[in-house]
Formats: sequence, structure tokens, C-alpha cells
Amino acid sequence: MNIDLNSIWFSLVGVLFAGYAILDGFDLGVGALHLFTRTDEERRILINSIGPVWDGNEVWLVTGGGALFAAFPMVYATAFSGFYLAMMFLLFALIFRAVAIEFRSKQPHKWWRQMWDISFSISSMVSGLLIGVALGNIARGIPLDAQFEYGGGFFNLLNPYAVIVGLTTVALFMMHGAIYLVLKTEGALHERIRGWVNNAIILFVIFYIATTMATLLYIPHMMEYIKSHPILFVVAFLNMLAIANIPREIHLRYDRRAFLSSCASILALLTLFGIGMYPYMIYSLPNPEHSLTIYNAASSQKTLQIMLIIAAMGMPLALTYTIAIYRIFRGKVKLEPTSY
Amino acid sequence: MDLLLLSRLQFALTIAFHYIFPPLSIGLGIILVIMEGTYLKTGNPLYQQMTRFWVKIFGLIFAIGVASGIVMEFQFGTNWSTYSRYVGDVFGSALAAEGIFAFFLESGFLAILLFGWNRVSPKWHFFSTIMVALGAHFSAIWIIVANSWQQTPAGYHIVGEGLSARAEIVDFWQLVFNPSTIDRLTHTYMGAWQAGAFFVLSVSAFYLLKKKYQDFAKASIKIALIIAVFASLMQLVTGHSSASTLADTQPAKLAAFEAHYPESAPAPLYLFGWVDEDNETVILGPKIPGFLSYLVHGDASKPVTGLRAFSPDKRPPVNVVFQSYHAMVAIGMGLIAIALIGLFFWWRKILFETRWYLWALVLSVLGPQLGNQLGWLSAEVGRQPYIVYNLLLTADGLSKTVTAGEVITSLILFGIIYIFLFALFIYLLNEKIQHGPSEEDLIIKGHRA
Repeated sequence: MNIDLNSIWFSLVGVLFAGYAILDGFDLGVGALHLFTRTDEERRILINSIGPVWDGNEVWLVTGGGALFAAFPMVYATAFSGFYLAMMFLLFALIFRAVAIEFRSKQPHKWWRQMWDISFSISSMVSGLLIGVALGNIARGIPLDAQFEYGGGFFNLLNPYAVIVGLTTVALFMMHGAIYLVLKTEGALHERIRGWVNNAIILFVIFYIATTMATLLYIPHMMEYIKSHPILFVVAFLNMLAIANIPREIHLRYDRRAFLSSCASILALLTLFGIGMYPYMIYSLPNPEHSLTIYNAASSQKTLQIMLIIAAMGMPLALTYTIAIYRIFRGKVKLEPTSY
Repeated sequence: MDLLLLSRLQFALTIAFHYIFPPLSIGLGIILVIMEGTYLKTGNPLYQQMTRFWVKIFGLIFAIGVASGIVMEFQFGTNWSTYSRYVGDVFGSALAAEGIFAFFLESGFLAILLFGWNRVSPKWHFFSTIMVALGAHFSAIWIIVANSWQQTPAGYHIVGEGLSARAEIVDFWQLVFNPSTIDRLTHTYMGAWQAGAFFVLSVSAFYLLKKKYQDFAKASIKIALIIAVFASLMQLVTGHSSASTLADTQPAKLAAFEAHYPESAPAPLYLFGWVDEDNETVILGPKIPGFLSYLVHGDASKPVTGLRAFSPDKRPPVNVVFQSYHAMVAIGMGLIAIALIGLFFWWRKILFETRWYLWALVLSVLGPQLGNQLGWLSAEVGRQPYIVYNLLLTADGLSKTVTAGEVITSLILFGIIYIFLFALFIYLLNEKIQHGPSEEDLIIKGHRA
């Protein structure tokens, strides 16, 4: 990897999306698990476990999107217009999710709360699935023409590889969300969720193996960079270590460490994805010469420089707020009059 | 229907819906800072009750603002990808800066504002309120920079030709402080303060009319009325400054505002009218001769560039722009009148007893909402046929891979979802207003109870 501005921005956009996956990942996961709870109080505890933080988490997606637009406008333009309907569905899912969280507990009627419980849960799963499917397609390669325009339609996006990556993402978020809930709950609910974690880990590992095998067998270009830089196999090794560590920590009841392991495994997974892609940003299949790379898709060097200054000023502040908020709202969920 | 029209309709629908909410959170933000600051300074529990009530309303508004805001950020890429490629180097930077500098601040501290009452000290809570209000104001800065650059591009050069041509930054500060940024920002801020102030006035006047929560309502009205008077009067200054700048930067838009056709002649100001675009005249329009020239140049006999200086295909749709601009100005004048009458009644000590005026305040909440929408309509339609003024035509900014069928699908879905969302919003807002401020909030609570 050459240390040039393009590579730095490739990493920074990656950091923003990794931040999104780690943070919104657990709250999408909580949403996906929502319907497994039984009583209204349990459901309120689940929603309030993410209550103060979910929209801050979503800001990572918004900022990631903005950074992609600024640093690699060609990727932003090609992916967002090419995946038009998928993007629209993602937007609708995110809107429904936000609204469901906000509105669910505002009325006592059973049908009202059930309606929002279902939309919260489904929209959380759909969001994770669509994000995963998009990543799967970007990795596998999509048909781009000489103007870097996508020419594949909506249903081509639902190929088996992309769908497996999508399901892996949902399973990953469910595992991550379950571990987060272990941290935020107490009593009988806490013990039940502890059981979910084990199931979620098994589900995730199955999909994880499937994705890894499919990538090794069918997506050879994802392996090129790592083959030529064998030292990077360390990341793959750390990834497996982080995943294997989760059930161990859960068993030992070191819940915080289990959560940190889960965060680490998401970070490692996305790092592997980045290494596999580098220096491509959207791989073009069947014409790899039409791929978007960190060079032909980037903004000017001057803009990348200005943006780097903006990021250097803004990101430490953003991290400080994020950490402060998580510290202030740490501990088990207690339902209060201001809760959802 | 063709792709261009559909994509423009979708953008108009989604931005108009979104723009109901951010001005309210900017305006309410500043009012919350004043209320909570007063509480900390005086220790009067009434102000705690006010802060807590308006914070709840703020939370509801903010949630829909976020949900509808993500749509906007995606839509440049989904529907206007050619535009995105063309301007990404410049425009994308402003959007990214908005996320980094404003959204993290706003969403982070909002958590404390809404849920942190018992978790942080009152001073930290107040600090969070200030940060949320600042964040709301910061986000306006960057989005206005991006929009203003589309209107009056500066600090860039065009690199490449044909399909690969795009704008790249040459001078970042020229881009940020392009000729219309400051006028547009101040005009937008004041519009947002008006939205927040008249919203508080409306709800509080409703309580007075229903003889409920009277102390709460009176104290809220006093704070909001001061903001309303200030912001409404400032709109004269910022509006005037915006229009004068237009004479230099976007003469076709200014000419469309007043349906001024002659290529170069002293221009009148119409009070109202109907533009006959075929015959290039204004029907039924009482006018003040030379007044536009006077406003722009300080001299009623100086010429103003008219629409005939531009070939017909480079003119904005005149009547739409004329009507929305004039309606905005009329609403602005109406709001000034309402605000000043309120000030007068306050001085005469009949503010809280004059029922017809309280009813006028209840309805006044619509004024800034309509004014803000019409103002943007004038600014954006007035820029047509360009998406980036004089550089890129709107028709050339579309996504090439998206079909009209796809846009119809998403447009219909947005339409249904937004109607549903808006109905929910009004329903829940009404619930909160009917429920009113909580009596419990009048008891001063120690933090970390």
C-alpha cells in the first residue's frame, strides 16, 4: 500500500463505515431480536437500551456517505444510482425504524405497539440485509460500462453470493446486538438473552464460514492483494481469534470483554474486506478495466487535502462526544418517565 | 411523464417535507437555550417546566428531521448522479463537513437533552442544550454553503471536457464564502427563528385561550415574542441584502421575481399580479414605478437587467417564481405586523386578554412554514434551467441508469410514507400539546436522584 492521499481516504471512509457497522450494528441487531421478547416491558427495555444512542450511531452512516461523496464522488454516484431501488428500500427501512422507535411507546394500545414492534424489527433486519447485499455486490463485481455506469438492474443484485453476505451481516448484527443486550439488561431477561448469544454465535459462524468459502472459491480478485502481502494474513487470524473469544468471555461472564471482542471482529471483518478490495472501490465484472479504483474515482488532491484537515479537526471531537455519551448512559437500562 | 420531471418532483417533495423540521429545531433550539438559561439563573421552577415540555416537542421534531434528512443525502447520488460526479469535489466536501462538525455534535448532545436529566448536573444539561442548538446552526452553515455554491459558484475551476468534465476546488474559503453564502445563511437562520418562535407562540396562545397552564403560556410567549419581533424585522434586512446581491450574481432570477422583462430599464415593484408569460407582461399588477431599481441600486432611474437579456430557454419559469416570491414577501410582512402588534399589546398590558389576537397567534405558526417553503421554491426554481448556475443544466444532472419507472415507484412510495408520517407527527404533536406541561416538572429535582 502506498501512503498517498487516496489510500488514506480509502482507509478513512473505511473507518467511518466500520464505526457505523460497530455502533449501528448492535442497534440494528437489537431490532432484529426485538420480536423474540415477550412482554411490553421487555420490549421497552430493548428499545431503551439503544434509545439515547441510535441516532448518533446513524450519523456514522450519514458522515460515511458524505465522506464518500466528497472523496470518491464517482463511487458515490455509481453505487447510489446503480443500486437505485435497493437504496430506496434501505431509506424506507431506515425511516420506518426511526419512526417506530420514536412512536412505539407513545400510545398504550396493544395494536399500536404491536404494529411498531413489527416495523422496528423488520426494518432493522432489512437494513442489515441490504447493506450486506450491497457490500457483497461491490466485492463480487457488478457490470460497469466505460462511463462507469451500472447496467445490471435490480434483480441481478440478488445473486447468491451477495445474498449470503447479506445474511451474514444480519447474523453478525444479531450476535453483536445480543451481546450488547447482555450488557444492558438484568434479571430473568438477562439470563434469557445470554442463551440467545450462544445461538446467535452459532448462526453467525455458519454464515461466516459460508461467506469465507464462497469468497475463496468464486471471488479470486478479493484474494490478490492479501496473497501478495502475506503479512496481512495476521488480520484474518486476529479476526478468527476475536470471534472464537466471544463464547469464551460469555461463558466466563466477562460481558464487556465479549462485547469488545465482537467489536474487534467487526473491525477485522471490514479490514479484510478493505484489504480484499484495495485498490478497487467497485469491481467491474465482466470488464475489470472499467472498475472504479481509489485513483480514477477520487476527488482532486487538493480536495482530499482539505478534507483531511477537516477530518483531523472534526473526528477527534466526534469521537470525544461518542465516548462521553456512552459513558453517561452506561449501565443497565432503567425505565424512566423520559424513556421511550 | 419524463424522468427529469419525475426526479425534480421527487426532490421537491422530499426536500419540502424535510424542511418542515430543521427550521423548527434551529428556532426551538435557541428558545430552549434561553428558557433553560433563565431557569439556571433564577431557579424559578416555571422555567424548568417550560424547558422540559419544549424539549419533548423538540425530540419529536428532531426524530422526523433525521429520518427525512438521510433521504436527502442519498438522493444526490441516487437520482442526480451526473450532477454528483460533476460537483462531488466541491459539494461533497460541504456535506461531509456537515456530518463531521454538526451531526455528531447535535445527535450526541441530544441524547443528554432528552434522556440525561437524572444523569448529569443541571449545568451539564444546559451545556448540552447549547451544544444541540449550536449543532443545528452549524448544520445549516454547511448545507447553505453547498446550496449557495450551486447558485453562485466560486473558488473552483472546471477540469476535463465533455462527459468527464467536473468542478474542482481551487480556493476553499472562496467556495465557503461564495457571493451568496452569508445572505442566504442569515436569511435562512431568521426564517428558522421565526419558525421556532411562532410555533411556541401558537401553542402558548392556544393554552391561554383554553385557560390552561397560564403561567407557563405567558412566560413562553414573552420569550418567543421577543425572538419573533427580532427575527421578523431582521428578515427585512437579510431579504433586502439577498435580493440586492441577486442583481449582480443571478440577474435572471431577480428579473423573474419581479417579472421584469425589458432588457435593461428602470424596474418597478409589483405588489401582486399575474404574469402572462406568452405576452411577457404582468396582468392586474399594481406597481410602484422604479422601486426595484431603488431597492437594488438606491436610485429609481437606474436600469435593472430584465428577462429579455436571456434567451427564452435560459429563463426560469416566471409566473411560478413571481407568485412564490410575492407570497413569501406578503407573509413576511404579515408576520412583522403580528409580531409588532404583540409587542404593542404587551406594552399596553392587554397581550394575554385580547382573544382575537391570541387566535391570530394560534394560526401564525403556518406563516413561517409557508414563508420558508415559498422562499426556497423561489430560490431553487429561480435558478432553473440550471442545477449549477451557468455551469450545468438540471436536465444534464440526472442519473443515466435510473428509469422513469423506478422513479415513479419511489415517488409514489415517498408520497404515501410522507403523508402517513405527517399525519402521525400531527397526531402525536397534538397529543403532547393536549397533555400539556407536567405539574411534576414544577418541583425542583436534585440531579442524580
